[in-house]
Amino acid sequence: MSLSWIEHLVIAPILLPLLCGALLLAINETRHNLKFCLNAAALLAQLAVYLSGNWAAPFGIALVADRLSALMLVLTAVLASCALIYGMMRWTRVGVHFHSLFQFLLMGLNGAFLTHDLFNLFVFFEVMLAASYGLLLHGYNLTRIRAGMQFIAVNLVAALMFLIGLALVYAAAGTLNMADLAVRLPALEAGDLDLFRLGAGVLAIAFLIKSAMWPLGFWLPTTYGAASPPVAAMLVLMTKVGVYVILRLWLLLFSDDANPLRGFGASVLWWGGMVTIAFGGFGMLASNSQGQLAAYGAILSSGTLLAIIGLADPNLIGAALFYLVSSTLGMAGFMLLIELIERSHNPLQAMLAVTRQAFEYEEVPEQPVGVGIPAGMAFLGLCFAGCSLIIAGLPPLSGFVAKFSLFHQLLSGPMAGTGVAFMAAVLLAGMAATIALMRFGVRTFWASGTISARLHVSEGASVLVLLALGLALTVQAGAVFGYLERSSADLQRPELYIQRVLGEPVVPPPAGGD
Amino acid sequence: MELTLSIAIGVLFGSGVWLVLRPRSFQVLTGLLLMSYGVNLFIFSTGQLWVDQPPLILQPGDPDPADYADPLPQALVLTAIVIGFATTALYLVLMIGSRGITGSDHVDGKEHDQ
Repeated sequence: MSLSWIEHLVIAPILLPLLCGALLLAINETRHNLKFCLNAAALLAQLAVYLSGNWAAPFGIALVADRLSALMLVLTAVLASCALIYGMMRWTRVGVHFHSLFQFLLMGLNGAFLTHDLFNLFVFFEVMLAASYGLLLHGYNLTRIRAGMQFIAVNLVAALMFLIGLALVYAAAGTLNMADLAVRLPALEAGDLDLFRLGAGVLAIAFLIKSAMWPLGFWLPTTYGAASPPVAAMLVLMTKVGVYVILRLWLLLFSDDANPLRGFGASVLWWGGMVTIAFGGFGMLASNSQGQLAAYGAILSSGTLLAIIGLADPNLIGAALFYLVSSTLGMAGFMLLIELIERSHNPLQAMLAVTRQAFEYEEVPEQPVGVGIPAGMAFLGLCFAGCSLIIAGLPPLSGFVAKFSLFHQLLSGPMAGTGVAFMAAVLLAGMAATIALMRFGVRTFWASGTISARLHVSEGASVLVLLALGLALTVQAGAVFGYLERSSADLQRPELYIQRVLGEPVVPPPAGGD
Repeated sequence: MELTLSIAIGVLFGSGVWLVLRPRSFQVLTGLLLMSYGVNLFIFSTGQLWVDQPPLILQPGDPDPADYADPLPQALVLTAIVIGFATTALYLVLMIGSRGITGSDHVDGKEHDQ
């Protein structure tokens, strides 16, 4: 099988982090700057590859980059760059092997977005999770160990579920290749179909644990609250991996008209998504720490996405993807931001500042009247406002555009009870988010006096980049929607995907045991 | 043979689930191990059970698939064992770390007063 070099490019997002991570392992821990440079170079290279590649071509039987995968890869690379730059001055230095683990995490994420085989997906999930365990524990302290133990236990059980689901699907269909699965599904006999249904259900549980649907998402607030900020920003993306897999598999396997399992599990996804929205909204209202607030915000956005998939309306997918990108950027920015806010309100540091004023500087300059807020605080406040607008979905930023287009699609089609209920839930949840974020903002920026924040340029810049992307999404919404509509149109026609993959000279799967 | 295997999987998985729900981390770890054994056996059984038949086709010509065991589940099991082993080992390390720092091996609770 001969492929042109551009088709080989598709494996680069997996190989590059793997090699780079392995290389970084060998370099002495004290050479932070060198490591950072290597890591950043690898990231930039990945970004360039993603943007220039735009592959529609399949690679063997394992990896396929279509528009949806490419979108997710770009999102990963952008977020990773911001998280890395943010962590440059402080977080990457509090423990060992941060850079290697970071690269392995990227390898797992990229692989999960590109892979085309269920078992391969499992392997990449495990790579991603193993790296994330290490990263979560980065900067080893008691909270992190506690949270890490729960996170690992939950994810090990989820991995076992994944394996059981895989085994059942294989037993029923005799293949684990996604496209092949979609071809074979309509021809299955009744007994095998039941088995397949069972397998798909168990698989779905595994993915829903990852995407934190309501009864399965209790691990999330603890974990997010405990992780160091750059890692938490990457965790936001990891939640979206579960949603991505559900979206892809569901549209591929269960959206076909001739399919015996058409619409399988849609009501479960819808109900689960709605309850998750409610859970996230109430959680945001009830949380009293920043980490918790952000974690429940992530639950809220993942619930919204699940409910959209559950609505099973093909017109919504483009808007849903827009929502996914915008909420991921907003949440990640918020994750990075809250640590800066927390640091500037850290009582210990505030006390230190007071002592310094009392002992070292005799003359404390009077605060000029009228310009009460130092520039650092103003910057933080503005960034916070921007993130809040995106998360709560208020105009003028991208969160609003996403919600507006969702509602527009819902209202322009025939009205169904589920659609109305969904809109009501999203509006109420948006209100809850607004109230919670506003309360937090007032408490932090207005009611607590002015404490000057010490920011490093790299930290401020990465938050700012994320926000600027949110703004760019709003300004360029037309172009972005064009792209997303095309990718959703691709998703609507699984036969194209199947053709592309199975049209290649594929090694035929062995005859199943059935 | 099918009955033996299913009972074995059931017992392993059932005990695993019970242990995972226990409060102490060592019990959770043992439970995870038992569950992963159960799952591995389960994957192995999805290619149907074969006795005395090789998984690979080595002879030339056009062999009859019925003479051979399904090789894919065996490959899957191998990968699953490796990954499960590695992650469980990681959990064990974390457990020891947590025990060392907190002096308690509760997953999410406090030690009773002695």
